[in-house]
Amino acid sequence: MSEPNEHSRTRAITLRVNGTECRGQVEPRKLLVDFLREDLGLTGSHVGCEHGICGACTILINGEAARSCLMLAVQANGAELMTVEGLAHQAGEPLALPGKTGPLHPLQAAFWEHHGLQCGFCTPGMLMTAYDLLQTNATPSEKEIRAGLSAVLCRCTGYQGIVEAVQAAAETLRARREGE
Amino acid sequence: MKPPPFAYHAPTQLDEALALLERHGDDAKVLAGGQSLMPLLNFRLSYPSALIDINRVAELSYIRQENGQVRIGALTRQRTIEFSELVRHQLPLLYEATTLVGHLPIRTRGTIGGSLAHADPAAEYPTVALVLDAELVLQGPSEQRSVSAEEFFVSYLTTALALNEIVTEIRFSPAPPTSGWAFEEVARRHGDFALVGVASVIDADGEQCRTARLAAAGVGPTPVRLRAAEDILMQQGVTEQSIQHAAAQAAELVEPDSDIHASADFRRHLTQVLTRRAIQRALERGQEQGA
Repeated sequence: MSEPNEHSRTRAITLRVNGTECRGQVEPRKLLVDFLREDLGLTGSHVGCEHGICGACTILINGEAARSCLMLAVQANGAELMTVEGLAHQAGEPLALPGKTGPLHPLQAAFWEHHGLQCGFCTPGMLMTAYDLLQTNATPSEKEIRAGLSAVLCRCTGYQGIVEAVQAAAETLRARREGE
Repeated sequence: MKPPPFAYHAPTQLDEALALLERHGDDAKVLAGGQSLMPLLNFRLSYPSALIDINRVAELSYIRQENGQVRIGALTRQRTIEFSELVRHQLPLLYEATTLVGHLPIRTRGTIGGSLAHADPAAEYPTVALVLDAELVLQGPSEQRSVSAEEFFVSYLTTALALNEIVTEIRFSPAPPTSGWAFEEVARRHGDFALVGVASVIDADGEQCRTARLAAAGVGPTPVRLRAAEDILMQQGVTEQSIQHAAAQAAELVEPDSDIHASADFRRHLTQVLTRRAIQRALERGQEQGA
């Protein structure tokens, strides 16, 4: 049997979040999303269901969307993360943590333009999921967008505005790539 | 909620993981992709005193061809399987089923070994392993053994794994290139667990059926191989009538439960409908392969 103190012994972790190196001292049972919110002050990632259904905590882990409520902070030691705070910062310059933002990412601008949010609770998860969707499929059909976004639950919008926003963002990103 | 406290171990070698498992036994849980275990911890439905996180055991993550088989390391992510050209060409049924596992952000973390070891009878991978006659390699502290998928699934969330063993590899033999395949399922919402799913692999030449393999998910404590329905296709050939007959037989072979999601009768009905669709789709694809 393990010694009781072994359970709460904290571990040092080092990871990159939105391009900035971060360090932490965490209990092994601390969820990654709680580390982001409580220790790093990055409250953009939301805690909804805590069992991988709602998708509000979705972030990019080493470039791929995943649930930060289904990972322990210790598991992210050495990883490269991007949270919704990092989206606005894709332009380039390092982002001070927390609270500072750069220009909106085309996905964020499109959500604004197309009424892709109402209360905003699911929005960080929607944005990060859409980001991963567009990096794996740059020209998704409406059906593919709906299938991809089914990973995140929205209780306000009825999804139509979100689907239109992702379609518009896909166009913008495509035009930007072709312009390069 | 949040996970209960546990002693955390993150071995980087399989030997180390096995030694930890041997030491902690029933008090330990092996953490792979975490897409099933983490919710159980968050809900405090599971209270392991030790968590053995195998995510850093890099030797368990690979997809390779060997001895005519496709061998997949247990820690290989579902996302990696989804985007593998080898899987897409050699194991198209596994590819198709993978796209039905949860959602992409779930597949980023979820692993094939974890899904099989968790053994949820409504999940896609156990049914695919069963219908493709996959072999699972189980590694204990001193010896390795290989079991068929049929032997591996014992009951609801229960497998032939001993307390000190870890699934290390899954071996698939690709179906003949003239075969067709399908994974048909009905779920309440995209990405949910299937109410019922049916997997098929059929190798037919016109009406003559060389081999037919069928299995169902969500209709009992384990995935179910629908052998009597396979026999009908093999013996009677594939005709409109034999397909109907096999689908009706499939519904007789399963013993689904009623729960809040669906009644046993509805699940039995779905088994018939999905078996018919899975056979028809496999035959269509087989013809495309042959053309």
